[in-house]
Amino acid sequence: MAEKVLTQHFGLKNVYQIDEYIKQGGYEAVKKALKLKPEEILEEMKKANLRGRGGAGFPAGVKWGFVPKVDKPKYLCVNADEGEPGTFKDRYIMSHNPHMLLEGIIITSYCVGIHSAYIYIRGEYEAVALRLEEAISEAYDKGYLGKNILNSGFDLDVSVHRGAGAYICGEETALLESLEGKRGNPRLKPPFPASVGLFQCPTVINNVETLSNIPQIILNGADWFTGKGLPKDGGTRIFGVSGMVEKPGIYELPIGTNLKDIINKHAGGMKQGKKLKAVIPGGMSAPVLKADEIDIPMDFDSLVNAESMLGSAAIIVIDTGTSMLDVLKAVTKFYSHESCGLCTPCRIGTSWINKIVKRMAEGKGSKKDIDDIVRLASNILGKTLCPLGDAAAMPILSIAKKFRKELESRL
Amino acid sequence: MSPEFSGKVRKEIDRIIARYPQKEAAILPLLHLTQQEFGFISPESEKLVAGILGIKPIQVREVVTFYTMLNREPIGKYHIQVCSNLSCSLLGAEKLTDYLKEKLSIEPGQTSEDKKFTLSLVECIGACEQAPCMMINFDYHGNLDKKKIDKILDGLE
Ligand SMILES: Cc1cc2nc3c(=O)[nH]c(=O)nc-3n(C[C@H](O)[C@H](O)[C@H](O)COP(=O)(O)O)c2cc1C
Ligand code: SF4
Ligand code: FES
Repeated sequence: MAEKVLTQHFGLKNVYQIDEYIKQGGYEAVKKALKLKPEEILEEMKKANLRGRGGAGFPAGVKWGFVPKVDKPKYLCVNADEGEPGTFKDRYIMSHNPHMLLEGIIITSYCVGIHSAYIYIRGEYEAVALRLEEAISEAYDKGYLGKNILNSGFDLDVSVHRGAGAYICGEETALLESLEGKRGNPRLKPPFPASVGLFQCPTVINNVETLSNIPQIILNGADWFTGKGLPKDGGTRIFGVSGMVEKPGIYELPIGTNLKDIINKHAGGMKQGKKLKAVIPGGMSAPVLKADEIDIPMDFDSLVNAESMLGSAAIIVIDTGTSMLDVLKAVTKFYSHESCGLCTPCRIGTSWINKIVKRMAEGKGSKKDIDDIVRLASNILGKTLCPLGDAAAMPILSIAKKFRKELESRL
Repeated sequence: MSPEFSGKVRKEIDRIIARYPQKEAAILPLLHLTQQEFGFISPESEKLVAGILGIKPIQVREVVTFYTMLNREPIGKYHIQVCSNLSCSLLGAEKLTDYLKEKLSIEPGQTSEDKKFTLSLVECIGACEQAPCMMINFDYHGNLDKKKIDKILDGLE
């Protein structure tokens, strides 16, 4: 079994409490980092090439390097919105190991020169938010947060900010708008948040899992990190497996682990001997893979080559007993509900497609309906303000293409 | 009667506002508090929050209408939110929803006559490994079947 990084403490009962966490070697990374120069940390992070775990896979060190050295406050926003259907990994990190995330937050903030961080957590995770708040208050008490942390002269405040039910607020610029107290409508980019972000100030936005990797990178070095997973895509991922498997749950494995093995070995194979039909490999926004396409390493580039994406590494397993029309219905229902309504192709397109699919599911569809779905989805693709439009169009197009025969048989 | 926050809650509000360089940023935390205190967010509550933050009530309304967790109408004592997204529907969420509809004699979006239950269908709640699942207020319940639902509902006062 490969060595665990993020979930190494999950078997321990009280590691969410600071005393137990410190007993396990916790906060050593912060101590080490505060003795380094911020530039040294940035250098190491660039070398580690830690790719963002929120979905897009952008290297964290490069992102931090974009923050301009201006005389303005800078902010860190931790993306804990976890709204991508199929995704539940950040919930595990935050509830089992909140201090590992806090260490990542402290080190990132020190490196970039940030004195104020907000953890934007989805509103439904009330219990997790409370746990984070307890962890934060423990960290203040021990001098790991607040003024002059461990006599380093570095100050940092961290607070938890709860969302209120809107998938779009996981998109980084919508998250900023929401945190500022507005409707969660995305902003036009550029300017990118690194230069104009929260309260018009330079801002770093990173996912919970991304940040939680940082303490171990600081302790063990970039070479250790790139030695796990793949050279250009190092470390582990927490794969969340759900759907028709025997053992749904989270599995922390090296990046590049074969999807087939994740399903058959780690997640116990198909539920009650059911047969595999399709897999969504990276959260609902990822195009589907057919049963004969799952012999594939789970890393960003391999999935792009397979015309899908690794996204949030949420694996949804679909069996032959499930109709792809029902899958399509769930997908289109979700996006038509979650479109923020700002741009026309996404607002009208998603709800129109959803209406057609519902009609098809009632047995009132025609061949033209499938063509219409493809036409409408193609007209969303690449024509919207934020990536939600693409995220809606891509899975729809992949189902229409790969399962067209089945859809036609349901007409 | 216009709603008012107690002294204790006002202190909590001051602490929340102090976390942000701009007051308006405290709007979502304040709306969560409002909902916790009064059960839902009425036009009067919107005015109350607007007054505290020094913004126009319409700005509060704009925010309230964007987020699905903020209720503009009173809801039942127990808000049952059933996940209807993919992983849950693969594992039978639809049948369970039908069961709940029958058991509570309400449709999604409705509140029972005794004001005890409100039933809603929601998108993925981030607990897909326990599909099919639901939330009752903020408590998660997973790996549901009819028997488990009976047991959970019977346990509610
Ligand atoms: C519609 C949409 C929803 C998103 N939801 C999330 C989310 O829930 N959590 C998350 O970390 N990133 C989410 N993202 C990705 C963020 O925009 C952003 O790329 C990420 O937070 C950056 O952090 P990372 O580089 O550490 O991954 C979403 C993106 C889009 C377009
Ligand atoms: S693509 Fe959709 S979600 Fe994104 S800004 Fe446009 S309408 Fe809103
Ligand atoms: S699909 Fe139901 S909790 Fe995620």
